[in-house]
Amino acid sequence: MDHALTQRILTAATDSEQPDGETVKVLEVATVAQLAARSQVSRRTIEITALRNGILPLRYARNFKTYDREDQITLLESHVAVVGLGGLGGAVSEALARVGLGRLTLVDGDTFSDHNLNRQAHCTETNLGVSKAAAAADRIRTINATTETFPHADYLTAQNAAAILAEVQVVVDCLDNIPGRFTLAEAAGAVGIPMVSAAVGGEAGHLLVIFPGDRSLEQIYGPPQARAAAKGAETSLGCLPHIVTLMANLEVNETLRILLGRGSGLRGRMRLVDLAGGLFETIEFQG
Amino acid sequence: MSVHIELKLFAHLSKYLPSEGERLSIEPGQSVAEVLDTIGLPAEKAKLIFINGIKGTLDTVLHGGERVGLFPPVAGG
Repeated sequence: MDHALTQRILTAATDSEQPDGETVKVLEVATVAQLAARSQVSRRTIEITALRNGILPLRYARNFKTYDREDQITLLESHVAVVGLGGLGGAVSEALARVGLGRLTLVDGDTFSDHNLNRQAHCTETNLGVSKAAAAADRIRTINATTETFPHADYLTAQNAAAILAEVQVVVDCLDNIPGRFTLAEAAGAVGIPMVSAAVGGEAGHLLVIFPGDRSLEQIYGPPQARAAAKGAETSLGCLPHIVTLMANLEVNETLRILLGRGSGLRGRMRLVDLAGGLFETIEFQG
Repeated sequence: MSVHIELKLFAHLSKYLPSEGERLSIEPGQSVAEVLDTIGLPAEKAKLIFINGIKGTLDTVLHGGERVGLFPPVAGG
C-alpha cells in the first residue's frame, strides 16, 4: 500500500457524528476528488484505501449499518454488467452507482425516445435521440464519479457477449424482449456468471436468478424453439414506472446479495408481483 | 361430487375470471387444462401455472382445495 497516499487520506479525514450518535472518520465527496487529482489515482483507489484504513467515504454513510467497510470494499472492487438501459436498466444502474459499485458495464444499442420518458431513469427531455449507453454513463458520472463505467452502444449478441462479459461477476438482465434474454442467459452460462433477470408488463413483473447451467427461462417462456415468435404480455399492457422501478430494485437486491456472498433466495424459484392483483409470491420450480 | 379450487388470475389474465369469482367448482381429478377450458382461457396463454406455490403444468391433476395461480409471461423492461 502507498504509505504517502494513506497518510494524505488520514490527514484529510474528518470526524462525522452519525444519526445513532457514533462518531466515525469520513471523507467528503469533494475531498475524495481532490485526493484523487493530487495523487493521480482513481477515486475508487482513494475510497478503497480509505476504507482499508477505517475511514468511511461519507457518501456511503447510510449504507454503513448494513454494509460494513469490508462489504463496501467488496462492492467497490466488483464489476457488474447491466444489459438493457431502459426502465429496468436505468433504475438498476442508478441504484448500483449510488450504493458504490466499482465498475459498471452498460449495454444498449438503442437511443432515447419520447415513449421512454414515462419510466426510464436516464431519459430526460434534453437527451432524446441520444445513445442510452452514453447517456447512462454521463448520468452515472454525475451521481457517483467513483463508479467506473464501460458503455457499449451496441445490442448484446451471441457474437459480442463473451467479450462484453469477460471481466464481470454478475450480469443484470434488463432487456425488453424474449430472444435477447435467451441469448444473454446462454452467454452468462458460457462465461460462468449468475444472471439476475426481471421482466415487466403492465403492473406485473417476475424476477429470477439464473445460475450457470440453470434453464429457468424455459419455465417462463417455454422451450427455445418457441421463443423466436413469442411476445410477452407487455406488448398489450405497456410498462408502468412504479412496477418497473420495483422490479429493478428487486434485481439490485439479488445482485448485491450475490456480490456480498449473502446468497440468493431464488435458486430454483421465481418471484411474481402483480400490483393490480395484490400478488407478491415466490413459487418453486418442480424438480 | 364437486369440490372447489381457489383460482387466481393475474395481469391481463384476470379478464378470464368467471362471474362466480375466485372460488371455482371442479370435479376431483380434473386437469388444469380442463379447468381452463371450462372458463374459456386459451391454454397457450397459461405458461406460468402455480399450484399451492409450486410451478405446475397444464397436465397437473387437481383434487380440490388447491390455490391455482396463472400468470402471463412478461418480457418488458
